[in-house]
Amino acid sequence: MRIGVFVCQCGENIGRTVDCPAVAEAAGRFPGVAYSVEYKYMCSDPGQNLIKNMIKEKNLDAIVVGSCSPHMHEKTFRKAALDAGVNPFLCEIANLREHCSWVHEDIVDATKKAIDLVRIAVEKVKKNTPLTPIRVPVTKRSLVIGGGISGIQAALDIANAGFECVLVEKEPSIGGHMSQLSETFPTLDCSQCILTPRMVEVYQHPKIKLLTYSEVENVEGFIGNFKVTIRKKARSIDESKCTGCGLCVQKCPIKKKAYNEFEENLAHRPAVYVPFPQAVPNIPVIDRTVCTYYQTGKCQMCVKVCGREAIFFEQQDEMITEEVGSIVVATGYKLYSIDKKPEESEIKGYGEYGYGKYKDVIDGLQFERIASASGPTSGEILRPSDNKVPKKIVFIQCVGSRDESKGFSYCSKICCMYTAKHAMLYKHKVHDGEAYVFYMDIRAGGKGYDEFVRRAIEEDHVKYIRGRVSRIYEEDGKYIVRGEDTIAGKPITIDADLVVLATAMIAQPNAVKLAQTIGMSYDKYGFYNEAHPKLRPVEVSTAGVFLAGACQSPKDIPESVAMASAAASKSLVLFGSDFLEREPTVAKVNESVCAGCFYCQKVCAYNAIEKKEIKDRKGNLVKVIAYVNSGLCQGFGTCNAVCPSKSVELIGFNDEQIYAEINAL
Amino acid sequence: MKVGYYPGCSLSGTGKEYDLSIRKVLEKLDVELAELNDWSCCGATSAHATNHFLSIGLSSLNLFQAQKQNLEELFAPCAACYNRMVVAKDELGKGTETAKKISALNNGESTAKVNIINIIQLFEKAGLENISAKTKMNLKGIKAACYYGCLLVRPFSITKFDDAEQPVAMEKIISAVGAEPVDWNYKVECCGGAHSIAHKEIVVDLSKKIIDDAVKHGANVIIVACPMCHSNLDMRQRAMKDTAAIPVLYLSEFVGLALGIDSKELGMNLHFTSTEPILEKVLVKE
Repeated sequence: MRIGVFVCQCGENIGRTVDCPAVAEAAGRFPGVAYSVEYKYMCSDPGQNLIKNMIKEKNLDAIVVGSCSPHMHEKTFRKAALDAGVNPFLCEIANLREHCSWVHEDIVDATKKAIDLVRIAVEKVKKNTPLTPIRVPVTKRSLVIGGGISGIQAALDIANAGFECVLVEKEPSIGGHMSQLSETFPTLDCSQCILTPRMVEVYQHPKIKLLTYSEVENVEGFIGNFKVTIRKKARSIDESKCTGCGLCVQKCPIKKKAYNEFEENLAHRPAVYVPFPQAVPNIPVIDRTVCTYYQTGKCQMCVKVCGREAIFFEQQDEMITEEVGSIVVATGYKLYSIDKKPEESEIKGYGEYGYGKYKDVIDGLQFERIASASGPTSGEILRPSDNKVPKKIVFIQCVGSRDESKGFSYCSKICCMYTAKHAMLYKHKVHDGEAYVFYMDIRAGGKGYDEFVRRAIEEDHVKYIRGRVSRIYEEDGKYIVRGEDTIAGKPITIDADLVVLATAMIAQPNAVKLAQTIGMSYDKYGFYNEAHPKLRPVEVSTAGVFLAGACQSPKDIPESVAMASAAASKSLVLFGSDFLEREPTVAKVNESVCAGCFYCQKVCAYNAIEKKEIKDRKGNLVKVIAYVNSGLCQGFGTCNAVCPSKSVELIGFNDEQIYAEINAL
Repeated sequence: MKVGYYPGCSLSGTGKEYDLSIRKVLEKLDVELAELNDWSCCGATSAHATNHFLSIGLSSLNLFQAQKQNLEELFAPCAACYNRMVVAKDELGKGTETAKKISALNNGESTAKVNIINIIQLFEKAGLENISAKTKMNLKGIKAACYYGCLLVRPFSITKFDDAEQPVAMEKIISAVGAEPVDWNYKVECCGGAHSIAHKEIVVDLSKKIIDDAVKHGANVIIVACPMCHSNLDMRQRAMKDTAAIPVLYLSEFVGLALGIDSKELGMNLHFTSTEPILEKVLVKE
């Protein structure tokens, strides 16, 4: 074997603490090394050309590069080797930077260690064999979880590129929180007016399969080849027969038993209901917990009025399996609830604001409904307790966010903007009203955002008070809001008619469960983690899964939409080729010696070990042995370590190669 | 049941009736009090405001003493004593610089195992059912405003007792003896505390707001569990203008009335504001 050794100085990064010429010189004397050299920047174009030229000139058949971590430039040097006709797996990296020069100070010792590291790599490469990447087919379909604005955008982008898309939404209609909003900042355009055309587009799109009132139960497989099980919850309505006429909803005698979730509990809804008039699909759902039929077997008013015989009381949940190549997770957020929390909850809640016991102390989404033309008050600003116009209104920012003792330490990001919008909407509708905002800081970064807040203050005369509110209590139909004006340095008391708490965006309650189902990591708040905070913001550590919207962290509409389009384009990149190439460094079972104990199956974190039956020529079962699904295997090597009969080999890191490295020391 | 008893300075002075009523009531509830030997100041107010080391060190002395007497539980009826002691115990447990200094002065003694309880917790230990069963009088006509003040439930991270902003533990005891607790707004507001001496007008102002809110919400008695709160709400009523006179009772006095103990034995003749209006409402059970 003719091995070439290339020692990189990495400018001064390696060269300062490692005597690179000495390393190259020592490496030149190792058995099997035909050529060795050092260079200032091996990853630069001239550096790579040096490798390529020397492979040809010196007739090298394997190379060792002493440089930075293989995480950085292994790809670069393997590509250089390939270009010069050497199999990329006959290129080994000796990590002289992170493992040596950066962590040592003494040049003599560091140089000795660098020589050892190069010797180890040389012995390893001698045992290497040429490998070819694994090719796996790609299913060119995508699954989008969550039908809010993020999910809608991602699904439309994928479908418009010509690929099929399955959109799963757990509620009876798509639209998400955006469909509940009145107007949107900073332009004050009507939220539903801009959203509903997209909802309709989703419904009509031939490439989108819409599954509402459905939830993802299980995800198997790997990038390009996911197999997803979806539970389609029973609507108790036959979707193929229902025309959405709404007669059942009108005639349902249950009027006050259930709160209307879409109206944020500010109104009631019948047992059979459509969440809101523009719902997509416009097919009702029967709430079995309040429907008289499910309690007593009587009533059946809906059956009597339905001309299409679409009421289907006995309908069961249905399990649907979909095969997709990529998954876009767009599950959104929930609003921090001001109610008292169960004791085991991390969230403590705000006793000083009454734990939700005052009817006129409401949260941001409730105010959205009150301000919305389609809301319970038809857009008139009326307070919930007595339907009177509030003449004095107090907004409190940072409720549940930026508050470690009561809620969470992160900034909920959008509350400064939506509070300014709320105050503005109020002033536009109640001209003689007074609006106060208690804030900690005003965070209005974004195009036209700060101008928007200034407009609220300067043109609409919203009074901003920097400080926290310590207590709210009721007195003669007024809400006494006591706080501190930290700029004036004085306590302040306001007798308000309505108080709106800008409660934080928090993770969905079942976010962690879904993360475990798909195999995503999440932070301590339940928000999903991106693969890299700067360079890979929409990918997760599991390949083929992408994030969009507020499930990753609090976000406003434009950010969510941008992220959704990014997640969609990541899926489309995947669909750009028919096959995916994967690293061939995966585990392989020696079938003749495997005893079928399946200890490897227990320790594999990626569910990559399957059972395989070995049969003789007549078809009789001889034994059941372990089989590695190379699509799932991540080359972790735990199977290799625990196998009692040493019948698992990790290709590229087999026992012989590892021992060669150890013996070189 | 036997518990250690730390009366503190107030209970032999301005809060004499608190001590009297505690002893009488606990006798009825079969709780034996073992007074802490050679107890010292808890470090409240003066030390707390001026010297952190003393404020922790003084309370620690009492905690170490309780350990010497093998007391598992130490009952501190005064909210200020209770607060200083739980805070001191917390600081010792955290092993701060102050804690190390204190430990060095006490033969290396460094942790306090004794469980410190206030009067609400003591009644909870004696059992609300037990108290309810022993109730002899009919208190149906009494509407009580339970006043917690600041020290009893704060800081929540250390006291870990009831809800700091919306406490309800005292109300449960009031209900257990058959009276009606009222829902009101000022149960955790500041009464002015020790400013009573130097800035009387502040205390009168703050305490008046508390009393007015209780009366407005229909209360005919205010229940307290702190001698400082008691003296401010009871004694300072005279200086308040346009405020209806309302009896202010210690929780132990109120429970004592329910158990049928004579009001004089409970020390209720020692109040500044007459307790007669409430005594009239205590009826014999039919």
